[in-house]
Amino acid sequence: FRLSSLIGHISTCPSLIGQCCQRHPGSVDEFQEELVIRPLHSGDIYASFQFRTLWDTDFLQEGQKVSHYRLFPKSLGQVLSKFSVRELHISFTQGFWRTMQWGQPFIPSPPGAELWVWFHDTVSDVDGNWKELTNVLSGIFCASLNFIDLTNTVQPSASFKPLGLGNATDHRFLRYATLPREIVCTENLTPWKKLLPCGSKAGLAVLLKSEKLFHSSFHSQAVHIRPVCQDEQCTSKAWELRQTLNVVFDLYTAGQGKKEWSLFKMFSRTLTEACPLATSSKVYVDITDNPELFELSPATPLLSQAVVLGDRRTYSVFDLTRAETFGQLRSLNLLLRWKGDGGEMLRPLLHAERYVAGFGLQTGEIHTVIYNNHPYRAFPVLLMDSVPWYLQLYIHTLTVTSKSRDNKPSYIHYQPAKDRHRPHLLEMLIQLPPHSMTEVTVQFERALLKWTEYTPDPNHGFYVGSSVVSALVPSMVAMNTNFTQDQPLFSSFVPVKEESSYFVRVYTEPLLVNLPTPDFSMPYNVICLTCTVVAVGYGSFYNLLTRTFQVDEPSLPLAKRLANLIRRIRGVPLLT
Amino acid sequence: MAAPLTLLLIVAVTIRAVLFRSSWAELISERVEVVSPLNAWKRVVEGLALLDLGVSPYSGDVFHETPFMIYLFHFVVDYAEIVFMIADGITAVALYLSIQTYNKNVFRKQKYALESDRYPADCLELLRSPKEMFYIPLKVAMFYLLNPFTILSCVAKSTCGLNNAIIALFILCTLKGSALLSGILLALATYQSIYPLTLFAPALLFFLQRLYIPVNLRRSSFWFFTLQYAFIYVGSLVVITGLSFFLLGSWDFIPSVYGFIFSVPDLTPNIGLFWYFFAEMFEHFRLFFICVFQINVFFYTIPLSIKLKEHPVFLIFMQIAIISIFKSYPTVGDVALYMAFLPAWSHLYRFLRNIFLVSCVLLACSALFPVLWHLWIYAGSANSNFYYAITLLFNFGQILLVSDYFYAYLRREHHLTHGLYLKKKDGTEATLVLK
Repeated sequence: FRLSSLIGHISTCPSLIGQCCQRHPGSVDEFQEELVIRPLHSGDIYASFQFRTLWDTDFLQEGQKVSHYRLFPKSLGQVLSKFSVRELHISFTQGFWRTMQWGQPFIPSPPGAELWVWFHDTVSDVDGNWKELTNVLSGIFCASLNFIDLTNTVQPSASFKPLGLGNATDHRFLRYATLPREIVCTENLTPWKKLLPCGSKAGLAVLLKSEKLFHSSFHSQAVHIRPVCQDEQCTSKAWELRQTLNVVFDLYTAGQGKKEWSLFKMFSRTLTEACPLATSSKVYVDITDNPELFELSPATPLLSQAVVLGDRRTYSVFDLTRAETFGQLRSLNLLLRWKGDGGEMLRPLLHAERYVAGFGLQTGEIHTVIYNNHPYRAFPVLLMDSVPWYLQLYIHTLTVTSKSRDNKPSYIHYQPAKDRHRPHLLEMLIQLPPHSMTEVTVQFERALLKWTEYTPDPNHGFYVGSSVVSALVPSMVAMNTNFTQDQPLFSSFVPVKEESSYFVRVYTEPLLVNLPTPDFSMPYNVICLTCTVVAVGYGSFYNLLTRTFQVDEPSLPLAKRLANLIRRIRGVPLLT
Repeated sequence: MAAPLTLLLIVAVTIRAVLFRSSWAELISERVEVVSPLNAWKRVVEGLALLDLGVSPYSGDVFHETPFMIYLFHFVVDYAEIVFMIADGITAVALYLSIQTYNKNVFRKQKYALESDRYPADCLELLRSPKEMFYIPLKVAMFYLLNPFTILSCVAKSTCGLNNAIIALFILCTLKGSALLSGILLALATYQSIYPLTLFAPALLFFLQRLYIPVNLRRSSFWFFTLQYAFIYVGSLVVITGLSFFLLGSWDFIPSVYGFIFSVPDLTPNIGLFWYFFAEMFEHFRLFFICVFQINVFFYTIPLSIKLKEHPVFLIFMQIAIISIFKSYPTVGDVALYMAFLPAWSHLYRFLRNIFLVSCVLLACSALFPVLWHLWIYAGSANSNFYYAITLLFNFGQILLVSDYFYAYLRREHHLTHGLYLKKKDGTEATLVLK
């Protein structure tokens, strides 16, 4: 016992310079944190936090229950073992990522909440597990994920392959759902921060203050859990938990119009120490455009180069595990001052937009526009659309045009919706010609729902979740396929299988669609009026069926009738 | 009479062809009064496209036609316009021939009754003459072919036209006396939409009347024929349903077609009473009111059959009208079918009480439907209540029309047995009331 705890202590000490990520034999779990700051040409600044916990244990082993949790959060571990989850990806996003202005994000996410889960193939009732899982996650993250049910869950057949280990192809064990209407606020950030080993008390997480984080153009927090290989030969498996937080601070709202950013201005805190439980704690600043665009202080000799998203970028590295990083004031406050106007940003190679066309509340058309900005290479993209059942898609009106010519998709998987049971799922593999714009249009009809099925503000409209465009984009720079231990976290999120391309997932805008509404104040009136009309029909037919024609004899006035009654009793002849 | 009928057919086909080629065709095929989720052409094309993609058309909730339609349109989808024009022509010719046969029957019975002195002396002016009856079949065909409702339904390529053709052929076979064909066609009509089931009773009554079998539940001859006819009907229905199973290899079409008709899950506005009622229904009572509304369609069959057992053709008219008014997804094509019969009862004109009001209501509503739909859906200045009100009024007008003709028919029958100029006990002129 003493030996293992001693080894555990060694692994958490500030480790050797440069080789910080060398795993000590016998260590069970390990935690790394990193922050990447990328200044953008428009004057905004993009900060991406990643916190990774690696733990070699097996949650899904039969019989053995994992009970000793250290760095890995117990709530998530219990969720994994109870529901036999192989991979879990959940993200909460406020705002929409503007690819044309900000480039590609390290970890893409759609507006609202998104949850996709690969279950283990031993699960017999995937839908039951999914329902319970969404409710449990709803409690863990204080979000209304309980709105995820079968009416907005789909099983994509090709778009969401596992990002971790495993060669699963049976998409019956995959579930994907998105809640575009979900709002992210402090309530969701606090439980997310609690999952970190150091909480928000030490390390990079001290910067996560909600007043500043939510005063931004884009805020996305995510949790990704997947099984990974521990080494190049993949002799043993480990569970990886990554918590990522992407935030883009706007020049005008958060930056007060001055193109000068610092950690204090962004987060109202500075860094004072690394998390003691972390084996590596680093801050990377993207200085590829330095010194033309901006200047960075304090300067640092540590530089690192990485090929990420098809581009070779240079980073200044601030290692928080070394005491000299903090200087004399014992605090690190990075300052970035813009010098010139910059130039043009490198255009992202893949970009997508979506909008609704048409007028009136009866029909409409969904247009998805995908741009391929590569000058000479064509590549295929997989487009996945999940449309709610109350917008009835007409697949025979599906048209795909590139450069004003018909472009037939080579693979179409379409699952039509069943009213009130499941949504539409459309997946297509489209070949994008080089330097072109491809437009996918499909017509739909809007349904009239029952009055109880409308949201509290029905004239706000109904949200349609983002489309997902997944592609292997040809890279101008050779990607690094080697598995190295000291790779920065931001370049190792998506596994790189080949040198010539990198994986990109682009989310389009969610749509807001109006449906025709009945008058909500009228249920009783409608029931009465319709039943009246039916009763008029019934009454007329009843009269004609049960009565016969008779000659109308006038009846005696009342006085004479009473007199006749008395006369009948007396036995005297009646009046006429 | 063949020449005027041919001329009528040519005029009708020309009007439809002109409208098919104009820009109005697109507009008309989207109107909710003309197409419903059950018989829209867009959904037929969608179902065939799904079949091409390898997905069963019944796996989603967009296609609600029977497999017979898939089978038919799989081959003729490129000639759809011609198919619908031919269907309209078949309906018109079938109605023409059946009304001609009916008139002959009526005149023959009238002649026998006159010879056996069964009519009172003063109702000779109620009797029908061949001169008056000569143009009635042509008028019936004209009322069907040139009715704007029928033209709209044909231009929209609503499969209601095909259903009408099957029902018209059924009426023709019944009136010609062929029980086998009548049973088969009735089974086909029931298979297409369930409501023609109620036409079993009038067809049975007609055959019993034709074969001089008295309608007496105690006599074996009655049961013998009823069982024969029922056997033909149910047998054909089973065979047709079985063949549908083999087309796609599954029973999916039963909940998709018949389950859809009965449980009304789709609340797309139409000219009927169901959609808004069930859009505003409390969830707790939904099943109860579905049952009530569906029973309402079938409920009038037995009482009407008892009252009109001597007059099965008028009973067919009444049943078709009741189906068109109270079915779950009515369209103007269904209305056009029973309106085609109205010239056959033109001799009842003197006894109709509300005909002016009814025709004004129906005309006004037909004009207001598109206006209020536009105001609700496109302009946004009205809401669903406006369109609902016109729906109520339109159905009310139809109910008044049908009950008015029923009243007039019964009154004429009463006069034919009791005399036209009735007198009270003291000899003054009497008024006739229903008591």
